[in-house]
Amino acid sequence: MTKTLTHLKRLEAESIQIMREVAAEAENPVMLYSIGKDSAVMLHLAMKAFYPSLPPFPVMHVDTTWKFREMIEFRDNLTKELGLELIVHTNEEGVKEGIGPFTHGSAYHTDVMKTQALKQALDKYGFDAAFGGARRDEEKSRAKERIFSFRSAQHRWDPKNQRPELWNIYNTRKAKGESIRVFPLSNWTELDIWQYIHLENIPIVPLYLAKERPVVKRDGQLIMVDDDRMPLRDGETPEMKMVRFRTLGCYPLTGAVESTADTLEDIIQEMLLTKSSERQGRVIDHDSAASMEKKKQEGYF
Amino acid sequence: MSHQSDLIAEDITAYLKAQEEKSMLRFITCGSVDDGKSTLIGRLLYDSKLIFEDQLSALENDSKKMGTQGQEIDFALLVDGLAAEREQGITIDVAYRFFSTDKRKFIVADTPGHEQYTRNMATGASTADLAILLIDARKGVLTQTRRHSFIASLLGIKHIVLAVNKMDLVDYDQKVLNAIEAEYREFAKDFGFSDITPIPLSALRGDNILTKSERTPWYEGPTLMAHLETVQVDDQAASAPFRLPVQWVNRPNLDFRGFSGTIAAGTVKPGDEIKVLPSAEVSRVKSIVTYDGDLDEGVAGEAVTITLEDEIDISRGDVIAGKDHPCEVADQFEAKIIWMSPEQMLPGRPYIFKTANKLVPGQVTDLKYKVNVNTMEHTAAKQLELNEIGVCNISLDRRIAFDPYAVNRETGAFIIIDRLTNNTVGVGMIDFALRRASNIHWQALDVNKAARAELKHQRPAVLWFTGLSGSGKSTIANIIEKRLFARGRHTYVLDGDNVRHGLNHDLGFTDADRVENIRRVGEVSKLMIDAGLMVMTSFISPFRAERDMVRGLVEDGEFVEVFVDTPIEVCATRDPKGLYKKAKAGEIKNFTGYDSPYEAPANPDIHVKTAEMSAEDCADQIIAYLEKNGYLSANGNGKA
Repeated sequence: MTKTLTHLKRLEAESIQIMREVAAEAENPVMLYSIGKDSAVMLHLAMKAFYPSLPPFPVMHVDTTWKFREMIEFRDNLTKELGLELIVHTNEEGVKEGIGPFTHGSAYHTDVMKTQALKQALDKYGFDAAFGGARRDEEKSRAKERIFSFRSAQHRWDPKNQRPELWNIYNTRKAKGESIRVFPLSNWTELDIWQYIHLENIPIVPLYLAKERPVVKRDGQLIMVDDDRMPLRDGETPEMKMVRFRTLGCYPLTGAVESTADTLEDIIQEMLLTKSSERQGRVIDHDSAASMEKKKQEGYF
Repeated sequence: MSHQSDLIAEDITAYLKAQEEKSMLRFITCGSVDDGKSTLIGRLLYDSKLIFEDQLSALENDSKKMGTQGQEIDFALLVDGLAAEREQGITIDVAYRFFSTDKRKFIVADTPGHEQYTRNMATGASTADLAILLIDARKGVLTQTRRHSFIASLLGIKHIVLAVNKMDLVDYDQKVLNAIEAEYREFAKDFGFSDITPIPLSALRGDNILTKSERTPWYEGPTLMAHLETVQVDDQAASAPFRLPVQWVNRPNLDFRGFSGTIAAGTVKPGDEIKVLPSAEVSRVKSIVTYDGDLDEGVAGEAVTITLEDEIDISRGDVIAGKDHPCEVADQFEAKIIWMSPEQMLPGRPYIFKTANKLVPGQVTDLKYKVNVNTMEHTAAKQLELNEIGVCNISLDRRIAFDPYAVNRETGAFIIIDRLTNNTVGVGMIDFALRRASNIHWQALDVNKAARAELKHQRPAVLWFTGLSGSGKSTIANIIEKRLFARGRHTYVLDGDNVRHGLNHDLGFTDADRVENIRRVGEVSKLMIDAGLMVMTSFISPFRAERDMVRGLVEDGEFVEVFVDTPIEVCATRDPKGLYKKAKAGEIKNFTGYDSPYEAPANPDIHVKTAEMSAEDCADQIIAYLEKNGYLSANGNGKA
């Protein structure tokens, strides 16, 4: 009796095939690494795809300087342990101008320190293909995006002019200056990601697990006071609460949820029993309707 | 969002364990919004409880505001804001949706819209194992049902669900279902579907979606969900002969050489005998390497890295196959093509074809006919327009390893890329190779230089004519070629002009370029010798070192140096190309004999003196040499 592949094995094989295709055909690929759970899975898949070789591309983190400190520590340890080349890029002009979410608002901060920074980095190193951990189940505009998604020399996405994508035969050809964003996790759902992390014992940033952390309640969100750059408003005093994070990003823009789930099983259980969707905790999605589609056309990943 | 809420709450570890064993099914839904397709998908998502509360409350609000179902939830709204997206001018071609139950994870390709239907449905169908064809119980089998069935069959879908929807509007009448089923089976009998499962439904009311409907007591088959959860779809690829298209050669260090790829069909175990296509080299599997440890067996769908017992040359795009059931190798095919670009397909225009991991230039040589997707009629055509389907002959610049698409979707499919825009302009499915000879598998070493030479009754060699410009090299070479040709020999003349116009058009007349010129001519000669030809090269080739280099490229006796010895004064008088005149006037530089040296052969195999003999006599002398040394007989010994 021949073994039947489980859904996770199939998803894994699909992602690996995508990564190998990029390694074989792109001239200068890079893996964008955001340190979150999807990136963790993507990196793990890359280690599998090329074994016993190391992934034949560097890993790049676009650092807005406002990430949780635990994320940075985790990033540095993990890439060192795996022996990967890590590129960290920060928009230095933005730093010079003192751009931050508290002073400039989430939209402007994200544009300068994330979207612009990413374009800078891709141009600086001349990367012609960049892996990203986006999934189609995250929101509507991604449900129809290709796995190999083309960007003009100005990094723009043209949703009206996407290449047909059939079977697992990917067209990676492009003109000079154009680049490809590649989404190996396109067909994974949030539940698949967590199940796979569980099954494969993939290390994740401890912020996903509940722990007592200093938080303040602001605009309906629980914001963790991760360093002393956070100006406290009148009446705000950081309180220690059992909280965890369902997504990770810039700490001032990432709401915590009260939780006692301090093991992987517990957080999967909590996720399955909780009935609100993942992106609720993301401040940036609430900025405007159809915001993600707009951001993407402008070059946000 | 929840599956088995109880188990999740009580024993999350047991739940996760069970989840890890789930399989996956990819399917496509075909039908228009009027058939209740969005309602059906919305219902599947809703009933499998893969909707979050915030989404659900938004859905309830939207249903009240815009829904068509009064105070009830309008499931269609869950699936899409199609109208809104159309207003934004965004073409939605294929949207992928995900849901899961305790038994399976599902990926649904949803291809809305009537425009671009063929392209979109083909895209969704290319990765689907099953198609749900929606039929309105009141309308029965329509033209669009035929179209959907044809495209599903074209893309190789084997499993069909005939979802007869809106049964509530025909009073759940069994006769309606039976009539539709009978009509459909008759019409689809040539489509190659392995199973057709008719299910009476009401997507709106939820009949036979998740639970058996009391309103169809006469129906004994499964509910839609039960069928989707249990239908067997992956048996075909698993039992087919082994195929591994090589995607990436894995060389972390000098001690490891692995071939990475996803197993397209069959199974593989260490020790299995394999054959690499197109080279036809054979070896045995040494190990199946993965990050999680070596495998005892690899199966279709797994991404693996294989090492072999022997060191053989394998590159990306080659296919490793089971030795006893290798795939075919060919460069010309008949294929079905679906055109996907507003710019029409023209036979003869060069395109790039990408098959499993391999990019090859080629062209459509002949469009035999196009197929009407509604009537399946064949009509003659000179070109293919967007969304048209044609049957074509294709010629590629190189041989590829393949299987007919009907046998293997992975190794029988290709995409067509425009050379200028790099867009994917079409896709195709191989029917068969055109040349019968290509079905004879190549045996490495069986057809070799000796075999080719024997077929031609000659001993391949290069007659290397060297001498000053105007000495008579080309004249003599041409006479010899005519005579050998007349005797049924297989020959070719390489001379400075025909090579410098193409192969070496990038080279000038500096010493470095002259050396490169000769090196390339030497390599081409070597290939032609391997092909079994008698090659005559006509180049000044002034440097001894380069002539010796070419001699070293080929085997002993295959290089026959012919010194065409003519004094420079005689050449300058003949001056057939007016070059000596120009050189004298200083108009051209580096001219051999004037400002560039000619190193005469010290010990040529043949030495002809054109100042004393006619070109015909020189040719006689050379042919006599060839005969004497056995070059013109099948098993000649040649010159030792």
